[in-house]
Amino acid sequence: MPLVPDIVIESLPRLMSGTWVTIQITALSVIIGLCLAVPVALMRVAKSRMLSVPSYVFCFYFRGTPLLVQIFLIYYGSGQFVDLLQTVGLWQFFRQAYFCAVLTLTLNTAAYTAEILRGAIEAVPWGEVEAARACGMNTRVIYRRIILPKAFRLAWPAYTNEVVFLLQATSLVSIITVMDLTGVTRVISARSFAFYEMFIAAALIYLVLVYGVLFVFRRIERRITSHMQAVS
Amino acid sequence: MPEFLNLQGYGSLLADGAKLTILVGLFSMVIAMLLGLFGAWGKLARSRPANFIAGAYTTIVRGVPELVLILLVYYGAPTLLQDIAATMGVELFIDINPLVAGTCTIGFIYGAFSTEVFRGAFMAVDKGQVEAARSVGMGRVLCFRRILLPQMWRFALPGLGNVWMVLIKATALISVIQLPELMRNADIAARSTRLPFTCYFLASLIYLAITIASLLGQQQMERWANKGVRKA
Repeated sequence: MPLVPDIVIESLPRLMSGTWVTIQITALSVIIGLCLAVPVALMRVAKSRMLSVPSYVFCFYFRGTPLLVQIFLIYYGSGQFVDLLQTVGLWQFFRQAYFCAVLTLTLNTAAYTAEILRGAIEAVPWGEVEAARACGMNTRVIYRRIILPKAFRLAWPAYTNEVVFLLQATSLVSIITVMDLTGVTRVISARSFAFYEMFIAAALIYLVLVYGVLFVFRRIERRITSHMQAVS
Repeated sequence: MPEFLNLQGYGSLLADGAKLTILVGLFSMVIAMLLGLFGAWGKLARSRPANFIAGAYTTIVRGVPELVLILLVYYGAPTLLQDIAATMGVELFIDINPLVAGTCTIGFIYGAFSTEVFRGAFMAVDKGQVEAARSVGMGRVLCFRRILLPQMWRFALPGLGNVWMVLIKATALISVIQLPELMRNADIAARSTRLPFTCYFLASLIYLAITIASLLGQQQMERWANKGVRKA
């Protein structure tokens, strides 16, 4: 048997296009999810119950149920409200698997990230907040200058894990017919019966992606915490 | 009953699915814990090959999406075995049971995660305990059984709780290989009743209930395990 089976080499271009879709979906969800997670986390730590309870329910629901159920809920579930969505003019979006996939992954990662950020915000030393207040900063400025930058640094290692999980979770979008790396692999292997060759190839590509992301994020971590590192 | 809540008798199908989900979850968790104990031993042992195997196991499994591994095992393993048999001139036909394939794959994946949990827990046990045991003449195995194993659980419980929480949600993925667990049955119900949102939402609430019950159970177990520890 050759080291790399022919079928894998032949389908390399299609695997690469699938990989590109995986990267796209991951990047979109990570970026939009992060933008969503910051306000959700701020709502979570707010004193007002009107703000903290909805945020708590959102996080609890998306963290407590499987991602696959969420994807089906949004993609197939929206079909129950076709008339309503058509009158609002949103049906053209919910009809597309790609849109639903990104939407679900975004909401999912926003919930997990908000939870990570909440922990980090609560871990910011109170003395720093007091010092900022003593300098005359108001709450808004304190959040912008002191709490959020510190919280991001504290949250970074946990956030790295979340991004890696999200990257792997994007494989689920293949179930609703999006042609990401897993989707392409499933189609090719079902046609050629080269199941283990194709899936091992896909697994290797995922390994490269995951450890690539880890490498980059560790680099950034060293950068943003360079002032806190012990001199050795 | 309003139209959108009429499940047309498919409610019991969801209940059956929930039972199977919990069953698969428990079996996978047992496999994951056994593999985790072996893996932790492999990582901590003073043997190069064991270190290497355990390291490769956790690195690979944690870098590849669960879905890809499930498909690899379910579709790939039989064809691989058939191909190997064919090169030796044996005609072989293998058909894996989805229940066995799903349970073993989920157990195998989360074994890698519990390896890290157990490794941390073993290292958290006070070194003096082991030294004391060795000095009164206990052998390595006896010391492991009487000293390390009972004391390690207290440190392992929070991590194992997390693994269980992620594992039970990951069982939803086995629905792609047609195992009639909660997710698959919700899918069947959604197609038959034409109420996808209702069915998937109900399924998500069942998963949520399992999560809440697990959280409460975990609290109880941690309280029990920490009975003998004085807290500040």
